[in-house]
Amino acid sequence: MMDDFFSRAIIAGVGVALVAGPLGCYIVWRRLAYFGDTLSHAALLGIALALLFQVNITLSVFLVSVFVSLALLILQRRVTLSTDALLGLLAHSALAFGMVALSFMTWVRVDLMGFLFGDILAVTPYDIAIIWGGGLLVLVVLAIFWRSLFAATVNLELAQAEGMRPEQANIIFMLLMAAVIAISMKIVGVLLITSMLIFPAAIARRFASGPEQMAVLAALIGVIAVFGGLFGSLQWDTPAGPSIVVAASIFFIITVLSAVIFQIVKSTRINKTNIKSNEI
Amino acid sequence: MKQLDEPLISLTNASIYRSDKWLVRDVSLTLGPGEILTLIGPNGSGKSTTAKMALGILKPDEGSAKRRKKLKIRYVPQKVSIDWTVPLKVRRLMSLTGHVSKEEADRAMNLTGTLHLANSEVRTLSGGEFQRVLLARAIAFKPELLVLDEPVQGVDFSGEIEMYELIKKIRDELQCGVLLISHDLHIVMAATDHVICLNGHVCCSGTPMKVAVSKEYKDLFGARASSGLALYEHHHDHEHLSNGSINPENNPLTFVNQINNSNQNPKGDKHDG
Repeated sequence: MMDDFFSRAIIAGVGVALVAGPLGCYIVWRRLAYFGDTLSHAALLGIALALLFQVNITLSVFLVSVFVSLALLILQRRVTLSTDALLGLLAHSALAFGMVALSFMTWVRVDLMGFLFGDILAVTPYDIAIIWGGGLLVLVVLAIFWRSLFAATVNLELAQAEGMRPEQANIIFMLLMAAVIAISMKIVGVLLITSMLIFPAAIARRFASGPEQMAVLAALIGVIAVFGGLFGSLQWDTPAGPSIVVAASIFFIITVLSAVIFQIVKSTRINKTNIKSNEI
Repeated sequence: MKQLDEPLISLTNASIYRSDKWLVRDVSLTLGPGEILTLIGPNGSGKSTTAKMALGILKPDEGSAKRRKKLKIRYVPQKVSIDWTVPLKVRRLMSLTGHVSKEEADRAMNLTGTLHLANSEVRTLSGGEFQRVLLARAIAFKPELLVLDEPVQGVDFSGEIEMYELIKKIRDELQCGVLLISHDLHIVMAATDHVICLNGHVCCSGTPMKVAVSKEYKDLFGARASSGLALYEHHHDHEHLSNGSINPENNPLTFVNQINNSNQNPKGDKHDG
């Protein structure tokens, strides 16, 4: 049974997965999981500001994410605190400011659960246009800067010495992150965006033999999680956004377990052959 | 047309100031095509800092650092650690910062004896293998300037000799400028055109022979260095076994011992220059 709202949800989810996968690889490689979390927390402030000033939510979330990224860059240079502490400061101040701002707007009734966990089944054709248009733009920019971004990930000084302009690449990466958060917020919600970035990349790591392969695999795994989660949610009448993450989690657990079982089987086989050769 | 007489890099009284002190001060050097320049000095004497100024990674707080326009640079840093979450094979590493054809990559890996590692994950390599892979990556691109920060670190003695031979071969073939940072205060490769001895500033400089007999060098490295700078020259007086080690039957032991003794010299004797 393919309802109209359901096929829209699939199209939107696939769009988010295709963008979040490759970008998520950089989150994993650069150990930026908490950065993704910070941006998604800050998204709530973006939502509050959008409601306050009556502007487009996607645009507002994008701008707040960019602002938080830049604040992080500046604070990293000026303040003698570790990056994770700074991210904690930024994440929670943005979240708290957002909540306080929302509480002032007594005239606004906000479906907070919708923003926290996404509302993929309420996706409109306009949302799909934003996701696919914005997503395509993100992927094109990512492809253009892929080499310098990857070189900067492997070794910053080496990249700089060899003319890769890693600082420029880093700023572009932050803009891309902000864009992905902004376009995927409505689908999976601010609390689950990080999982859409991290899960597919974490699963892909096991199977990938090169960075580009890992990016493509992560995108495909994200698509599988979207299909699994949405059909599961239709089947068992569970909330759509969290169901996608549950599907990704199950995928992850299966790969980990299968790897463990493979290891055990392999080692027992080696032991058996050892015993056999000893007998001979 | 590039001006051939223009140096590849030149530092003029270049200095770096960090956390209320000068890391290096008033370093001047030039490096032209086909030249090998070696930086030596105790730990913390600013060798890597100087190289980073030459590469443009650090901007001098005083003085200037100039590079030829559109200079093709390849850099082998002192330490590269690749996060295990990054799937990276040696072959992919070859084209990390610029496209290199398969033939060029294979040739460079062959030259450094790492072709058999082409399909290995980078993180499974040993320290010495990784150094040679990084060198292969650098030369595959045919750079005009090659900067090597302690390329023989973690390489055993015979590997060290081979590495110096290789660097000379690369220089002869590519006619590139080589900026070499040596971890070893006493062994400087014989093919070096110029040695700069650093200790926060240029302590002494010149041809290897000139530096070896200079008073500043002896002051800096103490009395035991009075035997002078050992210049490594390849005498072809030993054989390599198939695994790369030196055949013990005709190993020039005396030579090795002499070097080992000078290695035990206490580092970083006080120098009030």
